[in-house]
Amino acid sequence: MAALSDQLLVVAILGYLAAMLLAAAAYAFGGRGAVARAARPARERELVGAALAGRREGTARDRVPEAPATGSSQPAAGGARTGWLGPATVGVFALAALAHLATAVTRGLAAGRMPWGNMYEYVLSVTLVGAVAWLALVLRRPALRHLGLYVALVLALLLGLTGMVLYVEVSPLVPALNSYWFIVHVSAATLASGTLLVGFVAAALFLLRSRYENGKLPPHSLARRLPAADTLEALAFRLHAFAFPIWTFAIAAGAIWAEAAWGRYWGWDPKETWAFISWVVYAGYLHARLTPSVKRNVAAWIAVVGWLTMMMNLFGVNIFFEGLHSYAGV
Amino acid sequence: MRTALVLLFLLALAAVPGSVLPQRSVNIEDVNAYFAAHPDLAPVLDRLWAFDVFTSPWFSAIYLLLFTSLVGCVVPRLADHVRTLRSAPPDAPRRMERLPQHAEGLVVRGGPQALAAALRRRRWRVAVRGSTIAAEKGYLKETGNLLFHFALIGVLVGVAVGSWYGWHGNRLLVAGPDGAFCSSVQQFDEHGLGPRVSPGDLARFWFCLELTDFEASFLDNGQPVSYAAHVTVTGPAARRQGPATFSVNSPLRLDRANVYLLGHGYAPILRYTDREGRAQTTTAPFLPSDDLLTSEGVAAFPDVNGHDRALQMAFEGLYLPTAPENGPFVRSLHPEERSPALMLIAYRGNLGLDAGIPQSVYKLNRRQIETGRLVQVGDAKLLRVGETWTLDDGTTLEFLGTKRWVALSVRYDPGEPIVLVSVVLLLAGLVLTLTGRRRRVWFRPVGTGGADGDVYEAGGLPRGDYPGFAEEFAALVRDVTDGREARDVREVGRAG
Repeated sequence: MAALSDQLLVVAILGYLAAMLLAAAAYAFGGRGAVARAARPARERELVGAALAGRREGTARDRVPEAPATGSSQPAAGGARTGWLGPATVGVFALAALAHLATAVTRGLAAGRMPWGNMYEYVLSVTLVGAVAWLALVLRRPALRHLGLYVALVLALLLGLTGMVLYVEVSPLVPALNSYWFIVHVSAATLASGTLLVGFVAAALFLLRSRYENGKLPPHSLARRLPAADTLEALAFRLHAFAFPIWTFAIAAGAIWAEAAWGRYWGWDPKETWAFISWVVYAGYLHARLTPSVKRNVAAWIAVVGWLTMMMNLFGVNIFFEGLHSYAGV
Repeated sequence: MRTALVLLFLLALAAVPGSVLPQRSVNIEDVNAYFAAHPDLAPVLDRLWAFDVFTSPWFSAIYLLLFTSLVGCVVPRLADHVRTLRSAPPDAPRRMERLPQHAEGLVVRGGPQALAAALRRRRWRVAVRGSTIAAEKGYLKETGNLLFHFALIGVLVGVAVGSWYGWHGNRLLVAGPDGAFCSSVQQFDEHGLGPRVSPGDLARFWFCLELTDFEASFLDNGQPVSYAAHVTVTGPAARRQGPATFSVNSPLRLDRANVYLLGHGYAPILRYTDREGRAQTTTAPFLPSDDLLTSEGVAAFPDVNGHDRALQMAFEGLYLPTAPENGPFVRSLHPEERSPALMLIAYRGNLGLDAGIPQSVYKLNRRQIETGRLVQVGDAKLLRVGETWTLDDGTTLEFLGTKRWVALSVRYDPGEPIVLVSVVLLLAGLVLTLTGRRRRVWFRPVGTGGADGDVYEAGGLPRGDYPGFAEEFAALVRDVTDGREARDVREVGRAG
């Protein structure tokens, strides 16, 4: 079962990479893609216009001026052949997420417990939450589909990194983790981190897009195909507003567990310190977001800083500092 | 609001050195090691409270300023909110079509009272002025916001109470009746009392503990699977008397104080027979230096050889619960005692115990060795259980066996319930304020629709970000009115 889990991890990473490539292909060749749009100047519009005009010949002479507009809202002839790319991206992403889920499940079965007993398994679970959150989002809003390029990239990188750097053999829990608070605390922290991951992507893309909308040149023109800045910003806020209470709960549950395990609910262990720092930064984000006088891009930068502190807590603290949250190797 | 934002960032920034540099409150040994490694830098940092970040004046200044700003912000808001809760929703704007949401030609059969009742059923706060209706909803958003901020103050109060009136004591407890201890300041190896606690206050918590047994199980690779400490509790302040078992994650909860299992290890029992033929036995706890319980320690015999200070004896070295078949004997192979052995170096001379300087009981005084007052005798020697080592002067050291020991922390924190309740309220407030949405609607008659009823117009205003308001407004208008007037009904003009 453990070997199966390891193989499934490779499948999941390859799946995310495939989803990433498909998203890139959809971006480049898809009917609504940037390249298609750029390569579809006057000629196709004329053709479409002419076809429409020809069909309605005689009756609708006066409607001809509308034809180009109608044509551009439909997939162009070239796009129809590649129109499957967008849905395929989501499909492949879903398959990769399924392999990802299976990796975590088989890992848990092999160990006979929840699959978050060490850093490797924890990152596995956090990224899974991120993938599921993204899928839920993209199924509700297919227009965001091409953003899967970035999400799949981050997931493939994180999974590859954890597989190479943090991997440990399956083993049962150390006594310090043997508590029902283990499930409560870690699942809340995982859920919050996974959501904040997607929130971070939204905030970072908002920053890119808003600069593009303000006329900034490359590299901001990468954001041409992104949703409108306001949409991205609202999305980032909603994700953070959802994740922040869960993060608060995760810290509170951790404190209750710490009281039972170490005799104090708060002891400024490096992990606790960085959880506190992240909490304060995200509280600052929500505060800035709800203060009308603070600009939206300032708030988004705070969210980006918040995610950096989360990454510091996830990787930096376990690798650089020695603390009570060091278990099972890393 | 901006002040709060700046202070929040300062707080986050100020906490960073607390994770980068070792902290006295977390691990005093790391701080000492840092002093040894950076003899020039450490005192300068120390003067800046860099090893006590979270109790430092500058950290305290930031959070006290933050809380001052918080109080200054939320107290007036509380007053405002109470006033809002007691007052009726404000009047309708003159031109409702300028509101974000607007609907016209609404037929209302039962008159304004029926409309108001329908809104109240949907938990809107309603004010009827003449035949105009103002309604508002979503007060819980501000209630939650205030609750969140006041709960933060509660957390701070709880932490303060805990640090003023709480105390803790740590103790290494060796198994057996000889090792038993009672909860007084003198009997803790290390303790910390809050500023409002005197050593005499601990009498209220008086209890005694004896470690009767300690069980630990491990995997073959040495990873621990479970621990269980079996103890006997006695003493007047202990509600639970008699045998008890506790473990990591399930502390021993006595009346007020709790006892936590923090560590465990082995204490070799050694018998030294001196030149006069008198035997002394000591049980010396050795401290684990790795996960496989390779342990370091020292067994000292100061009152031997006719109480001659120059002939005091000490044996320093390693204890390996599972020693390898052949050397080097520097690492244990497993934490269980599968083939226990001691690797010791004998020292003879003045141990330097009389200088009155507190020193570690797990290490010899290096100064005594460096100055030649304490001299190594012979080579290091491997001793397995039952073996006897005869030294050059005919004295002997016998390895009799080991006892288990546990490291305990006894803690009392009266602030915990305050912090817990505050955090629960904080979370409740947070969810309310992040999900709540304040919005207002108004209904005003614009004419009569004949037998069908009166014709109203309606307007809606979301206060703050609320993307779904258009849908809610449309649904509300549809539900509380009796449909739209027919197109051909003539508007009579604005009434009232």
